[in-house]
Amino acid sequence: MISYVIRRLLVAVPTIMLLVIAAFFMMHFAPGGPFTSERPLPPEVLANIEARYGLDQPLWKQLWDYFINIFLHFDFGPSFRYKDRDVNDIIAQGFPISLTYGSLAFLAASIVGIALGIAAAIRHNTWLDYFAVSLGIAAQALPNFIMGPILILTFTLWLGLLPGGGWNGGQWEYLIMPVIALSTSYMGNIARITRSSMLEVMNSNFIRTARAKGLPERVIIWRHAMKPTLLPVVSYLGPVFVYVLTGSVFVDIYFSTGGLGQSYVSSALTRDYAVLLGITILYGALTVVVNLLTDLAYAWFDPKIRY
Amino acid sequence: MKHHAKLTLSTFLCSALLAGTALAQATHPVTGEPLAKDQTFTYRVLDEHSSVDPQVVEDTIGAEIVRDLFEGLMNQDAQGKLIPGVATDYDVSDDTKTYTFHLRDNAKWSNGDPVTAGDFVFAWRRAASPELASPYQWYVKLMSLENASEIVAGEMPPEELGVTAIDDHTLEVRLSQPLSYFPQMTTHSTTFPAPQKVVEEFGEEWTKPENIVSNGAYVLTEHLPNERSVRERNEMYWDNENTIIDKTIALVINDENVALTRFMAGELDRTEVPAGQFPRLKKEHPEEAISFPRLCNYYYTFNQSDTGPEAFKDVRVRQALSLAVDRKIITQNIKAGGEPEAYTFTPEAVAGFTPPQTEMSEMSQADRDAKAKELLAEAGYGPDNPLTFDMIYNTDESHEKIAVVLSQMWKQKLGVVPNLANMEWKVFLETRGNQDFDLARGAWCGDYNEASTFLDLLDSESGYNDGKYSNPRVDELLIEAKSASDTTPIYTEIEQILAEEVPVIPIYHYAGVYMMDSDVGNWPVENVEQNWYSKDLYKIAE
Repeated sequence: MISYVIRRLLVAVPTIMLLVIAAFFMMHFAPGGPFTSERPLPPEVLANIEARYGLDQPLWKQLWDYFINIFLHFDFGPSFRYKDRDVNDIIAQGFPISLTYGSLAFLAASIVGIALGIAAAIRHNTWLDYFAVSLGIAAQALPNFIMGPILILTFTLWLGLLPGGGWNGGQWEYLIMPVIALSTSYMGNIARITRSSMLEVMNSNFIRTARAKGLPERVIIWRHAMKPTLLPVVSYLGPVFVYVLTGSVFVDIYFSTGGLGQSYVSSALTRDYAVLLGITILYGALTVVVNLLTDLAYAWFDPKIRY
Repeated sequence: MKHHAKLTLSTFLCSALLAGTALAQATHPVTGEPLAKDQTFTYRVLDEHSSVDPQVVEDTIGAEIVRDLFEGLMNQDAQGKLIPGVATDYDVSDDTKTYTFHLRDNAKWSNGDPVTAGDFVFAWRRAASPELASPYQWYVKLMSLENASEIVAGEMPPEELGVTAIDDHTLEVRLSQPLSYFPQMTTHSTTFPAPQKVVEEFGEEWTKPENIVSNGAYVLTEHLPNERSVRERNEMYWDNENTIIDKTIALVINDENVALTRFMAGELDRTEVPAGQFPRLKKEHPEEAISFPRLCNYYYTFNQSDTGPEAFKDVRVRQALSLAVDRKIITQNIKAGGEPEAYTFTPEAVAGFTPPQTEMSEMSQADRDAKAKELLAEAGYGPDNPLTFDMIYNTDESHEKIAVVLSQMWKQKLGVVPNLANMEWKVFLETRGNQDFDLARGAWCGDYNEASTFLDLLDSESGYNDGKYSNPRVDELLIEAKSASDTTPIYTEIEQILAEEVPVIPIYHYAGVYMMDSDVGNWPVENVEQNWYSKDLYKIAE
């Protein structure tokens, strides 16, 4: 298994490099550059700026320098848009924020979602099932860009209980709304997947055998049905984990949290090349690691899988 | 008994005196309004600022912060008129090519060092230097400082720039051409001083709150990117005792509706009103919803270059399309924030010039529509030969609404078939800048409060002339205006030519449409450039 992990990590390096190369060229082929503006710069001013940031070099050279700076100095380059900061600063400031509300949202979504799903499956076709299913559907029908404004209207304007946005170092009252807004739609999905998976498992032969043996329902559910039920849930949770960790642009926009999601989108719009590439690498690395962890988790959930 | 009376009297006097001091502290020295205990001004900004380095900052949001942190030679008052800043006054040579600014001797940096003429020299050389590569190098060129162009082009060292510190409190500026409005240009952030020692010690990190040293009424105390930045009173500022606001907080809130909600919840003192919501808010909050003219225009430009459509080279087609635009519908039903309808390129709010009435502005919309139909028919377009063209705008809810309404007006009234295309901002700029369009949205906010900041856009040689409109007479008049003592007849003639030839369709002029907490005092609504200073504001006790 250790050799499997090492193999996977070794493959990850060229994968991420390919990702960077693809992103780099896509970015440069998009019309307009970081210094295209409503007020076109005089050519000599533009030349000065391009010389300062090395944008006057051929593309292959820019890409090469970029890799060299990363490997030798761990320097991800400057931001063209936010001139007081570089990419390392931007990630160091934004990622912990995204990580905080992202992991809380992930925990909330998985715990509540799985619990709802299991409750619904066990009490199949009872009010609890209907309740869980409708809650799941409602949560899914309210994506976070709708949840955001609704939450702010309710908790900030009408009830006056919570601040309407900001981060303030991650104090709890600033966390509640972002976490709810980000987690609900995943919660709905997780509940739905868990419920249908559990229903399928509960109807399978080995559960019938367990029942025939006279095992108590509690033991059947927790000891025998749980692991196979969670297998499809885990494969769904992997990508969700990456997604919520790297920040949500909606949360950042509606709650002014200052996370990375907003920086990612705005760097694409303003052609802030190095910021875009830096966050892409972070996304890529996280995806690789989480996929690996998900694969390793499979082995625990399903004894048939061996590495 | 006597003694007792004396004591009571002195106690009484004493407490009266105390109350007097307390009262004096809590009222505004000029207006006498009671002042709030908490003098914090919190406002919403759309986006994170680009920088707080005066020579580097390139966006309005950043410039607003820089204007509080640093102080240049001159400031603007609530009407936009020039008042002393670090300079108390200036002398100008007869040929208006040499200015000598006299600096006050009590101006200090926030670390206690005196502000000297050398700090300005350092900053201006810095702004021009190819090494810093500031996007605002163009502004140094615009200031016409001696050798500025050569320095920007890298042909001369920055030390050759036409600015010298005669002594610590005298700054001499030499220009390459006469400029009567040069002092006005010193209210711009690019010209603010920079603390040489600090810049050299910390390099690019000097603007971080823990390193920054500034000479304005405030210092930067906190910066959480994409969340907030906080500036607090600079105790070293020469006019600190007349400054009332203690703390100004800029909160980054990307979504304007969320910002409005947070304003309603009392978290903000100022926010922008989303398009179309002003009438409702004015009704519900008459004290807080405010609208005032701004120095910006909104227009559509015809591509008259070789790549443009043949039809737009016919002046009758351009006139017809302009006439058929019912500007009232756009200003009252879409924007609805008190924006004036535009019939001239220059906004009426501009200083020193009243744009003329045009023939169109005096017609009724029905007459305009009739004339438009007539003109288009004369040009040879009709039901069998409908005029079609592409119109482009950048992706934005409000631009989209206006584009749809325009296209419908033209379709219904004239049978014209416009094809709408929206583009992401940078793609739009590239497309428009390369004349790869038929009709394109445009907007411009004045760099300074003078009509040429708008009219220069239509100079044949201007880099901003996206439609490549060219009229030798306009070019000639624009040059004449630079040295004319009375510019009104010149600008009037240009506007009349534009009204006749219609290189652009002016749609409306901007209004500043804000929700402003009624306890904010002295917001400069009459400053059309909206150059505001926190030090001039105050919060009234509720």
